[in-house]
Amino acid sequence: MNALDPPMRALQRVLGVPRIAWMFVGPNLAILGLFTFLPIVINFYFAFTGGVQLYPSERPFTGTENLSTLFDCGSYLDPATCRKDLFWRSIYNTGEFALLQVALMVALALVTALVLNRKILGRGFFRGVFFYPVLLSPVVVALIWKWVLQREGVLNAVLASAGSSPVGWLSDANWAFFWCVFVSIWAHMGFYTLILLAGLQAIPADLYEAAEMDGTSPWRRFSRITLPLLMPNLIVVLVLGLIRAVQIFDEVFVLTGGGPGSATTFIVQFIYQTGFAESIHQYGLAAAASLVLALSLLVLTLVQLRITRKNLDSPAGRGDG
Amino acid sequence: MASLAGMLTARRGRGAFDWTDWFSYGYLALGLLLMFGPVVWLVLSSFKSAAALNEFPPQLLPYGQKTVVVTGHEIPLPLYRVTLPDGTTRELAEVRRIGIQATLVDPKAPEQEYKVNIRDRKPVREFQLALNNYIEIFGKFSFGTFLWNSVFITVVATLITLLFNAMAAFALSKYRFGGRNAVFLLIISTLMIPPTIILVPNFLVVSELGLLNSLWGVIWPAVATPTGVFLLRQYMLTIPDELIEAARMDNASEWRIFWRIILPLSAPALAVLAIFSVMWRWNDFLWPLIVLSRTEKFTLQLALNAFQGELTTQWHYLLAMTVITLLPVTLVFAFLQRHITTGIAAAGVK
Amino acid sequence: MASLQLHRVVKRYGTTAVVHGIDLEVKDGEFVVFVGPSGCGKSTLLRMIAGLESVTEGDLLIDGTRVNDVSAAQRGLAMVFQSYALYPHMTVYQNLAFGLENLGAPRAEVDAKVKAAAKLLKLEALLERRPTQLSGGQRQRVAIGRAIVRDPTIFLFDEPLSNLDAELRVQMRAEITALHKRLGTTMIYVTHDQVEAMTMAHRIAVLRSGNVEQFGTPLELYNRPVNRFVAGFIGSPQMNFLNARIVGASDAGLRVLLDAAPTGESQPPLPIDGSAKTQQRVMLGIRPEHVAIGPTSGPALALTATIERVEQLGAASFLYCALGGGERLTVHAPGQVAFESGTQIKVSLPVAETHVFDTDESENAFRRR
Repeated sequence: MNALDPPMRALQRVLGVPRIAWMFVGPNLAILGLFTFLPIVINFYFAFTGGVQLYPSERPFTGTENLSTLFDCGSYLDPATCRKDLFWRSIYNTGEFALLQVALMVALALVTALVLNRKILGRGFFRGVFFYPVLLSPVVVALIWKWVLQREGVLNAVLASAGSSPVGWLSDANWAFFWCVFVSIWAHMGFYTLILLAGLQAIPADLYEAAEMDGTSPWRRFSRITLPLLMPNLIVVLVLGLIRAVQIFDEVFVLTGGGPGSATTFIVQFIYQTGFAESIHQYGLAAAASLVLALSLLVLTLVQLRITRKNLDSPAGRGDG
Repeated sequence: MASLAGMLTARRGRGAFDWTDWFSYGYLALGLLLMFGPVVWLVLSSFKSAAALNEFPPQLLPYGQKTVVVTGHEIPLPLYRVTLPDGTTRELAEVRRIGIQATLVDPKAPEQEYKVNIRDRKPVREFQLALNNYIEIFGKFSFGTFLWNSVFITVVATLITLLFNAMAAFALSKYRFGGRNAVFLLIISTLMIPPTIILVPNFLVVSELGLLNSLWGVIWPAVATPTGVFLLRQYMLTIPDELIEAARMDNASEWRIFWRIILPLSAPALAVLAIFSVMWRWNDFLWPLIVLSRTEKFTLQLALNAFQGELTTQWHYLLAMTVITLLPVTLVFAFLQRHITTGIAAAGVK
Repeated sequence: MASLQLHRVVKRYGTTAVVHGIDLEVKDGEFVVFVGPSGCGKSTLLRMIAGLESVTEGDLLIDGTRVNDVSAAQRGLAMVFQSYALYPHMTVYQNLAFGLENLGAPRAEVDAKVKAAAKLLKLEALLERRPTQLSGGQRQRVAIGRAIVRDPTIFLFDEPLSNLDAELRVQMRAEITALHKRLGTTMIYVTHDQVEAMTMAHRIAVLRSGNVEQFGTPLELYNRPVNRFVAGFIGSPQMNFLNARIVGASDAGLRVLLDAAPTGESQPPLPIDGSAKTQQRVMLGIRPEHVAIGPTSGPALALTATIERVEQLGAASFLYCALGGGERLTVHAPGQVAFESGTQIKVSLPVAETHVFDTDESENAFRRR
């Protein structure tokens, strides 16, 4: 990189010192512009045009047709009456999944953080144990559990040894949904445990000592000190968890493929299938569905911003950077 | 109730070992089983032969049939424990089998042949690692290509990420230029735009750039991470401005200040970002799934996904591929656990 | 080596001016200290000279050439920073060599210059160490060494000793002075410590709120402070200021009446020119070391004071006294004294050592004869 020095020096002479900063932010900004900001604009264009062509000028303007196709329903409460019943099923699935998964996961993460915050042997080791699955790729996570859950898998073997008959864990709609929730908790809980643990460790020990000197009961110590002081972290964890849960795709796609039927088809999978996987690529419809997803994420993000306004310096955010 | 609450609040257990401690250790033991158990099971299974994998109920450890070399036979013969018609049991090697009739010989005295019903013989088994699973996937499925694609994307994207993010972070932390705050907000605001909501238009951009089915189509959209810029900027703010001024007095160009002063001093933050970036890129799935549709461009994750549809009858290969895929992340984790966990706790990002 | 001239140099951030049109001339080879309380603009002034801050208005000349628009690197100056600003990831050798490498100097030349500077500063044994492995004094020397290798025309020091303990500070003061003698290079040194200024400088510029109050040799500043601010800033403990009013001016000098002095007592005239109108309120200044206990041989103003507190340093004693009307007087007496607090004493203020100031801190003092 020393070879870069002379041209950079020349550039510096031309630009002057404060303006050379643009040279430093330039590459990053260009990438963001090309692959984030420009696509946001194009997404609207796609959402309001039809046809199967990818190239924008070949797409006829159709106004809100894509959106009205998505929203063409006899009753919004019953996906079967909708023209795009899969879209509505995926929305209901996603909502149900997000609420269930986040509630259970945050509760478990809190218990785990409380246990890990005690003086226990091998604390670092156990923290690692709960955190390890966070690093695994969604595909690997799905395959690990697919291997455990398959018809001749180890779980059915355990059941068989207890005298039960094997269960089709991934071929029964309810069980498949349960395992999607379970596996995604398994894969992500460690991350939220870590945030809560950091919050617990930030509570000064002398608060507890002072409370103990005051004769405060342990239960009150938990409800009056731990919980209120941990509340900001808990809320961040809840909102972050929701933002991620709404975007669930990778591990479920590999684990169940969205099935059986559409029992575990979620909104991102709907976008993927509509836009890329089916033989006719309905880009407009996929883009319109993206707008719906973006809107729900925007709401969640605004909630998060409102809550974390005090510490704007923490970019708690999306999973892939 | 009181002691339950004690468990909930105690930062440091003290005094006697009460039931809350039992609960804690019980919980941790269960956690250990649930968190590591499936992974261990996967790894153990990956060393089993195809035949052993088809057994139900499965064995915990990989076992294979014992074989012996018998004079007069070119390949090793499988060993069986045979109950002879006279009621005695002996370990014999099977020469051939026709229908339900098996012909076996004593390995020490191969001249005499015993003919028994196959129900009267049981395979002699021993601990055996089916390493062939691992060797064969490279030949059979061009697994090496997928591995190379994944490594290429991970390494190149991480290097570019480090460079671009560090440059942006340097500008945003050490220069007072018009529009600095706007640029910073612009970059940070992209945290709120997950890639899942711009899949279609991004596909257009990448295809217009001619990057479909190119590894660069996965790399370029991923390198300008707002998380990285933020992380590095926060770290660079702690580097004293006087160092930069001293370097300016020392006649260093701004680029040289960046390269020789700022980058080396940001090494701890760069290391954290490097770990993150390696994990992100190695584990990427949805975007590569859309951009890379030709098999020879597949990453490991895509290959695994494709094979799990096609190879469900060949789990022994699929398991071996999965283990290889999770290996790098596991190694990174084993050696850098502390960095990762403190880094995440500090930045609040994954 | 070079001379430096500032012509009406102004620095503004937005609309707030921190340096208001300073004129200054530093001669070739001179050791000049900028001193003043924090926020007086002395560091900003130094950084403008260095090229780290732009000059809003006015001209900055090095050897007669205007350098306002020349970058820091190209002015040929070197600076020692308050925090030393050593590159923590480089060894001492690399720290010293970095500037020369940036200029693209040949390896042999770099090596020779680094070795020479290391020898001069007794750093030879430390060349392979990192800054974190050095003591404060050693870091200081490396910072100076980094300036020396570049062979600058002017050395700039920005409060270089403020991070050292008292003992080391005295030692480094001597070393820097010796270095200046040896190199003969122009040096500009910023400090808030008037003792450093007095002990090291050829000439001192006292700054306040972005203005140079006085620019002169240490003794000029001590003996003939131009105003009450400079008088109070130079010297420790601070000069005593007593409320007074002028009662007459003649060839014999200025007659003043101290508020704290007993009325009616005849006071000798002060050897100070005063064309002032009588009854003008003024302040009489006298340094604690010039106040005598009891009567003195020469003409003096006499006062009665009540001792409130005594500090015995062994070689000297400080008496903190109260005068009538809530005024205070500090007395620096040589040797040891046997007074207790609460005692009333008679003190004399020798007229030859008095100063008379306007009540406004920055108005010019009355000229001493």
